[in-house]
Amino acid sequence: MAGKTLYDKLWESHVVHEEADGTCLIYIDRHLVHEVTSPQAFEGLRMAGRKPWRNSSIVANPDHNTPTKDWDKGIEDPISRLQVETLDNNIKEFGALVYFPFKNKDQGIIHVIGPENGTTLPGMTVVCGDSHTSTHGAFGALAHGIGTSEVEHVLATQTLVAKKSKSMLVRVDGKLGKGVTAKDVALAIIGKIGTAGGTGYAIEFGGEVIRGLSMEGRMTLCNMAIEAGARAGLVAPDEKTAAYLEGRLHAPKGDNWTKAVAYWNTLSSDADATFDTVVVLNGAEIAPQVTWGTSPEQVLPIGSTVPDPAKEADATKRTSIENALKYMGLTANTPIEQIQLDKIFIGSCTNSRIEDLRAAASVAKGKKVASNIKLAMVVPGSGQVKRQAEAEGLDKIFIEAGFEWREPGCSMCLAMNSDRLSPGERCASTSNRNFEGRQGPGGRTHLVSPEMAAAAAIAGHFVDVRSA
Amino acid sequence: MKAFTTLNGLVCPLDRANVDTDAIIPKQFLKSIKRSGFGPYLFDEWRYTNYGEPGMDCSTRPLNPDFVLNQPRYQGAQVLLARDNFGCGSSREHAPWAIEDQGFRVIIAPSFADIFFNNCYKNGILPIVASAEQVDTLFKECFANEGYKLNVDLEAQTVTTPSGQSFSFDITPTRKHNLLNGLDEIGLTLQHADKIKAFEEKHQAAQPWLFA
Ligand code: SF4
Repeated sequence: MAGKTLYDKLWESHVVHEEADGTCLIYIDRHLVHEVTSPQAFEGLRMAGRKPWRNSSIVANPDHNTPTKDWDKGIEDPISRLQVETLDNNIKEFGALVYFPFKNKDQGIIHVIGPENGTTLPGMTVVCGDSHTSTHGAFGALAHGIGTSEVEHVLATQTLVAKKSKSMLVRVDGKLGKGVTAKDVALAIIGKIGTAGGTGYAIEFGGEVIRGLSMEGRMTLCNMAIEAGARAGLVAPDEKTAAYLEGRLHAPKGDNWTKAVAYWNTLSSDADATFDTVVVLNGAEIAPQVTWGTSPEQVLPIGSTVPDPAKEADATKRTSIENALKYMGLTANTPIEQIQLDKIFIGSCTNSRIEDLRAAASVAKGKKVASNIKLAMVVPGSGQVKRQAEAEGLDKIFIEAGFEWREPGCSMCLAMNSDRLSPGERCASTSNRNFEGRQGPGGRTHLVSPEMAAAAAIAGHFVDVRSA
Repeated sequence: MKAFTTLNGLVCPLDRANVDTDAIIPKQFLKSIKRSGFGPYLFDEWRYTNYGEPGMDCSTRPLNPDFVLNQPRYQGAQVLLARDNFGCGSSREHAPWAIEDQGFRVIIAPSFADIFFNNCYKNGILPIVASAEQVDTLFKECFANEGYKLNVDLEAQTVTTPSGQSFSFDITPTRKHNLLNGLDEIGLTLQHADKIKAFEEKHQAAQPWLFA
C-alpha cells in the first residue's frame, strides 16, 4: 500500500463519520472568528436555541472594520461600529478561549494573532469564515475558509460537512536568489498554475526552498494558496515550527510539549506517498514578482513588459487581458519598471508580520518616500508585531522615510475601514488580492513583496529590489 | 433552507471568466449583520454607475445600460450562465445570499471556486458544472434567442434546452438529498451527536494539549 500524504494524515485523524458517498463529518479543533462573517451565524444559533458545542475552541477578534489611526475616536462609521459591537456581544453571550476586543493591546488580524498566541498548532483542523484561513497550514494544520452557514454549523456541532480534496504537491527546488521572498514564490506559483489551478485540491508545499523559509515566509505562502484556488495549503512541521511555537501563550507546556512535538514529528508525507498532481518550480529562476492585472495570476517578473492582448490567440484570454488593462489604466508593452505609483500599502495577513516589516525597513532605511507618492503606510498585523517592531526601532525608520505607522488591522487590504484608494489611484500593495475595487472603488492594485513595496515607495515606481 | 426540485427559468449570460466575490458583492455591503436584502447590490460596481453604500435605495440609482443584468430581455432571470472559476476570492456567503436574493436559483459554469460552490448548497442554489463546450453552446443559444429558458431537473440531474437537447450533471447524493428536501444541515449533524462526543473524548485523550 502506498504511503500517506500529510493531508491524508490530517484528514483521517479528524473523520467523525462518513456517508456512503464519501461525505464526511470532520472534527474541528480551532475556530477563528471575526466580525464580518459571524453575526448571521450567531444569530442563527440564537434563533434555534443552540449553544456552541465547545466555546474553548473559539479565538476571536475584530479586524476588518477597525480603524488604523485615531483609536481614541473609536469607530466613526456607525455600520462598522455596529458590526464590531455585535461581535463583542456575541462573544460575551457565547464565550471564547481568546477574545481581543477593539483597542486591546494584542488585537490584530485574525490570521496573525492565531499563530502568535500558540492557538494554531500542527495536526489541528482550523476553520474561519475567511478564505485566508489557509495561512495556518504553514504549521501543518489542516486549515481552510468556510462560509457563514458553516460557521454556524461548526459553532453548533464542532464539525464540518466536507469531502476529501485531491492532493497536489508543489515542490520548489534549489535556493532563492537575494531579494526574492516567499511572496514572490507564491505569486510565481499562481502565475504558473493559475487562480483555478488549485481548485479541488489541498496543496502541500515542499522542497528545499520551502524548508528554508521561516515560519513567517511559510505563512505568506500558505496564505496565498487560496489565490491559486486551493482551500488549504500545507507545510509539514519541522524544528522551525516547534521553535516558533515554544513558549507561546497557548502552546502546550511541560510534559504535553514533549508529547506534542513527538506527535508533530510524524506529520509529514511518507516517502512513498503519491499525489494526484505534482508541480515543480526551480527557486533560482524566480525573480521578484509584480501583478499587472486584476487577478493574482496576471503576474510577471520585474523586468517584464505589460502583456499585449494582440499577441493572445485565445479569445476569452484576450478579452480578460483587455479588460484588465483598461481597468488598470495600462498600455500594452509598458515596462513594469515604468509604472508610476500613488500609494503604498505594507500590511495584511499576507505580509504584516515582524519579518516582513524588518525586510521593508531594511530597504527604506535612510531613504525618503518619493514625492509622487501621496501615501505610504505600514500597518502591522497585530499589537504584538507592532510592539516588537517598535522595540527594534522599525517604526522610526519608516516614519523618517515618510511612511505612516499605523495601528494593526486589515486596513487597505480590502478597504472596509476608511483606508482606501480613490478611483484611478495606483497602489503597490503587499496584500493578496488585486481584484477590481478591492482596495477601494476604481482603485488599482499591484501585488508585491514587502521589499518591492518599500523600494517602489522610494523610487515612486516599480524597481528591481535586487539592484535598488 | 429552500428546497430545490425543478425549475424552468430564464437565463442571464454573464460572459466573463474569474468573476470574483468582490465583484459579486462589494465589501461595503458586508457590514450588514443580516442575511437578507443583498439582491439589489449584486454586481454593484458593474450594475450601477455611482458608488453604492449599504442602505441605499437602488431604485433611483443610475444603471449601467451595458451590464447584462440591466438589459430588459434578462429581467426575471433565474439561471445565471457563467464562465470559468466563478465565485473565486473570499469566503463571504453574502455572495450566494445576493445571488439568491436577486432571484437566481441555478448557476451554470465550466468551473466554480470551492468555497463559493459549497456556500451555494447552503442557500438553496444549485451550482451546475458543465463542460466548456456545453457552456459555450448555451451562451451562443442564449445570445441568439430572446426569452431563452432552461429546464433544470434536480431529481433527474438534467438540464434541457428549449430545443429539447439535454445534458446531465453530477451532484453528490448527500447534497442532492438535502437540496431536494430543503433539510437543515445542523439538525442532521446533531443526529450524530453521540459519535461526535465519542470522537472528542478519544481525540482529547490522544492530544490533550488541543483542549487546554
Ligand atoms: S488582511 Fe485582508 S485578506 Fe487578510 S483577513 Fe484581513 S481582509 Fe482578509
